[in-house]
Formats: sequence, structure tokens, C-alpha cells
Amino acid sequence: MAYFPVDMPRAEPDFNDSDYWASLGRRELCFQACAQCGLLRHPPGPMCPRCLSTEVKWIEAPASARLFTFTVVHHASHPAVSAQLPYVVALVEFDGMPGVRLVSNLTDVDPKEVRIGMPLALWWDDTGEGQVVPRFRPAATPT
Amino acid sequence: MSRGNRSPCIVGIGQSEYTKWGGIMDRSQFQVTAEAVRAALADAGISAREVDGFTSFSGDANEANMMHVAIGGEVLRFSGMVWGGGGGGSAGGVSLACAALESGQADVVVVYRGLCQGQSRRFGKFSGTRIQGNFVAPFGLFAPSMMLAMVMQRFMHEHGIGPEAMAEVALSSRANANRNPNAIMFDKPLTREQYFASRWIAEPFRLYDCCLESDGACAVVVTTRERARDLDVKAVDILSAAMGSGPGWGQGPLASHNMPAEDYASTNSRRLAKELFAKAGVDPKDVDVAQIYDHFSGLVLMALEDYGFCAPGESGEFVASGGIRWPDGKLPLNTSGGQLSEAYVHGMNLILEGVRQLRGTSSSQVADARTCLVTGGLGVSPTSGVILGVH
Repeated sequence: MAYFPVDMPRAEPDFNDSDYWASLGRRELCFQACAQCGLLRHPPGPMCPRCLSTEVKWIEAPASARLFTFTVVHHASHPAVSAQLPYVVALVEFDGMPGVRLVSNLTDVDPKEVRIGMPLALWWDDTGEGQVVPRFRPAATPT
Repeated sequence: MSRGNRSPCIVGIGQSEYTKWGGIMDRSQFQVTAEAVRAALADAGISAREVDGFTSFSGDANEANMMHVAIGGEVLRFSGMVWGGGGGGSAGGVSLACAALESGQADVVVVYRGLCQGQSRRFGKFSGTRIQGNFVAPFGLFAPSMMLAMVMQRFMHEHGIGPEAMAEVALSSRANANRNPNAIMFDKPLTREQYFASRWIAEPFRLYDCCLESDGACAVVVTTRERARDLDVKAVDILSAAMGSGPGWGQGPLASHNMPAEDYASTNSRRLAKELFAKAGVDPKDVDVAQIYDHFSGLVLMALEDYGFCAPGESGEFVASGGIRWPDGKLPLNTSGGQLSEAYVHGMNLILEGVRQLRGTSSSQVADARTCLVTGGLGVSPTSGVILGVH
């Protein structure tokens, strides 16, 4: 069962990010990089901010991730999250991927135990209709 | 177009009543905004027919072309909108007006913002039209309170700032609001105990760390020194006004949080602040009173550091020592109650209060105030700021 209920807002892939969502659908967390100069960027965009190339390639994220920052959300700004309160929104960074930070959730954790810098492990959440999103749990938690 | 001294100054301020969101339902948001414009012109003693420019920000729905008709304007020479949502462009609207005046493209520009959240939308709720929403909505990162909470969490981690510092911002603002009869939180004192007992919205933000959700409109009249000479009001000089961003900011924390790591836990104002002070020819120590954009209490602390009122990491001590308290603090702050306790008009109400301070008409008047900093929305791109002064 998905982490949030079915009425949770979903991504609506567009020109810039449809390849990203397609990779998630294959359960591969890939970030966009410039095919010309190699600069990583997230979210996916139309042009490299360093060399202005529009050619892209996709680099798979390493298994090791850390918590850059977070918030524990207690207020339902959308009715879909009411049953999941409080939940943790995490900003995740990956070794060797400077400039990339990913907004996700940290699950299977007591919010009081969340610490900046803690190691995280990815899990895949099938939210239906072919959409799969990456979420994280503390790396020490047995899976 | 008149010649002579084209240095920009503010000669009129106007506002509607301020209410809790959904409180103004007896007339349209546009009418409320037009009334604020009318009030600002009356305050200045300038005829509506003289207005030849309008600026606004945040995609204000009260279109300038309709405002031009509503107030019976004759010739429209300039209209401009600052990109970006929220209050990032509030002082930016003033900056645009200055550009129009100094370049001779207009002689009298009205900057306005009207938002009645009961008639339009609540900014604290999920919006399906957020730029880069694909990267935040599926994870429940819906609203600015949560988004900027993540930045604040990192700031507290890096700078060793605790919750007491945020409490002090909220309590100081409420104390000021309790001297301002126009404030929504007038006559509603807040104690430290009530603050800490209030519910979490998104940690580290409690309810009272978040700005009000309100209805209201504000306007200011900006003209040249030359035109102001004949008016029967105390003109407030715009010593500098600017908008902008550091590199790579984009939607910043209001979407996917991919601004540069070294600027992550910041208001995106370090570069802007330097430019503002240099252009105005003043230092932070010369500022007598400040109105710092307080969508969230914690961002005020960040701004105290980014604008150079204290060293990095010292904003907690700065506020703990009474630094922002009226009347004796080193830098009395948000003296109308700000957006935490007066009203949330995307920062326009802070500009009005800056003008009142320099006219000597604030309900929390700082004695002999001659220089006031007002910032636009923080942690966004573009952010903005203005330094006001009187001789």
C-alpha cells in the first residue's frame, strides 16, 4: 500500500522531467547531467547552466544517501495527508553528486529521532498508475 | 514630463481595513485595492488624474489597466510587474517605480498590492499550479510554512540557534501589534507560555511563527523630489531600492530546494543587502528601525545576519538581548506588528510602516527615526529591499 492515500497529488510529467519519471518507473533513481560538460542538475531542466548545452545524460544515484535537512509536518495543507500526520519531509543528498538534493519522505522513524546528517536507505513506493516514487528510511532499519 | 530633481520619494500611503482571511466579503478584492490607492493619493494630496504609472508584484490580480480606469487616470505611461510569487517583489515594486521615475518614464507611480484570501486563494494551502510542483507535491511538501521550515532547520543546525530566538521575534511583533489599533492581533496579547504551548505547523515552526492569513490592500505613491516640493506632506526619500538574487536560486525553497549549498540556509539577500547599503550610502549601524519580511519568524533571524545587523550565528543573542524590542532595542523591528501580528499583505504593510516611522506617526514610534530598512519576501528569487530616509 502506498505511503499516502490515492488522493495524494501526483506528478504530471512534462517536457523537462518525463525521462526522470520514466526512470523512477523502472525503479532507477537517475539525475540529469549535461552530456557536454557533465554538470549534474536537479530538477531536470532544458539547458545546462554552465555550458548552455541542451544535450543530457542520466546518472544513477549511489546507494548511500544522507539527510541534509527536514521538517516534521503536523498540519494538513491537503486533506490527503491527514491520516499520515505527523510525517517527515526530507531533503536528501547523495555522495559524489554535488548540487543534487532530492525532496522526499523519511519513513519508519520516530520524528524525535531524526537528525541532520543521518544515513538513509531508499525504498520504492508504488503510487499506482505506473508512478513510483523514491522514499527513504533510516539506513540502520532492517528492510 | 517635469525636469528638475528626479530623486524618488514616497509621498502617500493608503490601506484598507485588515481582517482575518475571508473577512472582507462585502465588496470585491479589486474595490478594496482601489480604495487603498484612493487613500494613498488623498494622503499625498495628489489628484488621481496625475497618476501615470502603476507597479505591483506577485502576479497581483488587480490589473493596472483596470486600476487606471477605476481611478479616472488620464495618460498611462508605465506599468510593471515584478516576477515571482509571495512578497519577494514588494520592495521590488518600489524599485520598479524608482526606475520609471528616474528614467523619466513616469512622474507619479502608485505601487499597490491587494489580496483578499477569502475571495482568491489561501497561500497556506496546497496549490496545483506551483512551479516544479512535481518534485514536492507527491511528498507532502505543500506550503511555504513547511518549505521554509526545512531551511530554518538547517539554519538552526549550522548556527546553533534555538527556539527561544524565534519566540522572541513572535512576542516582540505581538507586543507592537498591541499598540496598533489597525493590527489584526490588536488587543490579543501573547505570552511566552502561550507561544510554546501552541501547536506545531511544521517543525521548527509553531503556529505563532507563521504569518497571519488575512484580507487587505495597501498602496504607496512614489514621485520625484521635484513634484513633492509642492505637496503638503513630509516626503520620505527612497535612498535605495533593489531586487535580485544570488546565482542558481530559481524557485529555491519554494520548490525543489536546489539553490547553492553555501546559500541554502539563507534569505538569498547577502548580495542584495550589500548593494542596497552601498547605493544608499549607509551602513547597518545607521539604520534606526527596520521592517523585515516576517512570513516566518525564523527568517527574520536569518535576515538580521544576512543584512549585517549582527555576525553570522549571532542573531539569537541579538534578539535575546532585547535588540529588536521597541522602544529601546538597538534595532526596533516590525513596529506595526508585521505580518505575524498586523496583517499579511505580502510585505506592502511593512513599507507603509516604514514610511510612518520616518514621518513620526507610528503607533510604536522610534524617537527621531531617520533611516529605515524594509525588506521584501525572504528566501525567494527575486527578493528585494528598500532603504528609506529623511533628513
